[in-house]
Amino acid sequence: MKKEEFGDNESLELLNESGSNILLTTIDDVINWGRKNSLWPLTFATSCCGIEMMAAGAPRHDFARFGMEVYRASPRQADVIVVAGTIVNKMAPVLKRLYDQMSEPKYVVAMGACAISGGPFFLNSYCVVKGVEHVIPVDVYVPGCPPRPEALLYGMLQLQRKIETETMKSRKKRNATHDSK
Amino acid sequence: MEEKVKNITTDEQQEYVINMGPQHPSTHGVLRLVVSLKGEIVKSVQPHIGYIHRGIEKMCESITYPQIIHLTDRMDYLSAHINNEAVCLTVEKALEVEIPDRIKVIRTIMSELTRIQSHQLWWASFGMDLGGLTCFFYGLRDREKILDIFEETCGSRMIVSYNCPGGLMYDIHPNFQKRVKEFIKYFRKILPEYDQLLSGNVIFHERSKGIGKLTLEDAVSYGITGPSGRASGFSCDVRKHEPYSAYDKIKFKEILFTEGDTYHRYIARIDEMWESMNIIEQLIDNIPEGPYAVKMKPVIKLPEGEYYQRVETARGELGVFIISDGNKSPYRVKFRSPNFVNLSVLNHIAKGFKIADLVAIGGSLDLVIPDIDR
Repeated sequence: MKKEEFGDNESLELLNESGSNILLTTIDDVINWGRKNSLWPLTFATSCCGIEMMAAGAPRHDFARFGMEVYRASPRQADVIVVAGTIVNKMAPVLKRLYDQMSEPKYVVAMGACAISGGPFFLNSYCVVKGVEHVIPVDVYVPGCPPRPEALLYGMLQLQRKIETETMKSRKKRNATHDSK
Repeated sequence: MEEKVKNITTDEQQEYVINMGPQHPSTHGVLRLVVSLKGEIVKSVQPHIGYIHRGIEKMCESITYPQIIHLTDRMDYLSAHINNEAVCLTVEKALEVEIPDRIKVIRTIMSELTRIQSHQLWWASFGMDLGGLTCFFYGLRDREKILDIFEETCGSRMIVSYNCPGGLMYDIHPNFQKRVKEFIKYFRKILPEYDQLLSGNVIFHERSKGIGKLTLEDAVSYGITGPSGRASGFSCDVRKHEPYSAYDKIKFKEILFTEGDTYHRYIARIDEMWESMNIIEQLIDNIPEGPYAVKMKPVIKLPEGEYYQRVETARGELGVFIISDGNKSPYRVKFRSPNFVNLSVLNHIAKGFKIADLVAIGGSLDLVIPDIDR
């Protein structure tokens, strides 16, 4: 998909265009180019969305075309955690630890209704975390129950675009705002 | 000095406890296993569950019957259609609704397609657990073909929500029969290739034959159902013993083995795929005409009482037990999920084998974790 066709999140780019000097932005550009083209996801799947995540890595949809080459089993080797499925109260501390174990720069994709808001388990359930952003900061939300693999691909491409606009400052700011919550 | 010697444990007493999961690629979800090891030998396995406990049974008490199927979908998401069928059959049984043949036949075909796609995914991940990444790509490539058929008819790939109390949500797509027949023709050709990739491989034989042996007595006393139980010789196919939908009209054989090791659990599932294709072929050409749903009351209320229905999912026997107090939502719902029961035997059969075999045994039981925790 071409960059122009995304249409949304332009505000992010505009914000970052102003207020940074040439030297830093050039370095940032190079770093971001490298980061965005080798996003390795963590094999983390709690429920149904995990199957669609597997399907996204399988031959028809083929994640690897966009540099999300391999699923890493260890959080220390992963760049992005795709929260695929419901997070319940017992799992939340584990998810937080997994996120903490990942090394910077790290990104989070909330995949599916459960990770976004609790989804079908929002009402009446006594043990479901109502949105994964209560636990870890989220970069991209992919709606659906479960989202199709194409939707996940689109979400990952959005994440790549988000990484492209990142600066060292904004990275620090992002982490600081979530820590203060 | 003497005291120091006392503190050094002998080789036999040494036990090393490691933690597998909840985030571990070979536990297929968020199952946590606490494994006691002596060297490489497994002394005991203690499963810890609840990392995906969503309270589905409790939630069912505050929603209506047609809404329940959307939760059972997400319970065992690989047998989504069969789970829904179980709930619908229970409700229909309670209301004593006569279901037309067309619905029964379509449900049966969809169930068997679900079974095939579930076994395909199992095959893919089982191969991957044992180190064969090719299986993953082959399995998921062909699974997409079934998902396409689902998508055309149900509008969804995996979580179909196609059943509803009293019939089906919509009629089948005009292309349905053609697409299914194409798939069967294709899959009959490709399945021997699948099978050969693993069962023709000497490494696979070494890693699976005689590993995790489950005797018939243990299978019965633990209540292991599904292909895992039938590999030990436990004749437990609900489709055969207590036919529901259209299973009483068709001929198929129950896959039974006596060995009960990992290899035969594998073979049982491969053979089940063949049987499922036979079942579909018997039905696909003569889907009777008729309505795709019976007219039900806008608000379904079950009469007071207790109702139970069991079906055969891809992993074993699923029982749905509903207690109704006459209201529009159930008083209590209990699911007898096959995975929870099958997990209980893991400690028993993995004892004495190497830790690498634990992965193979766990894979051969084909556990789906959200179904365990519900």
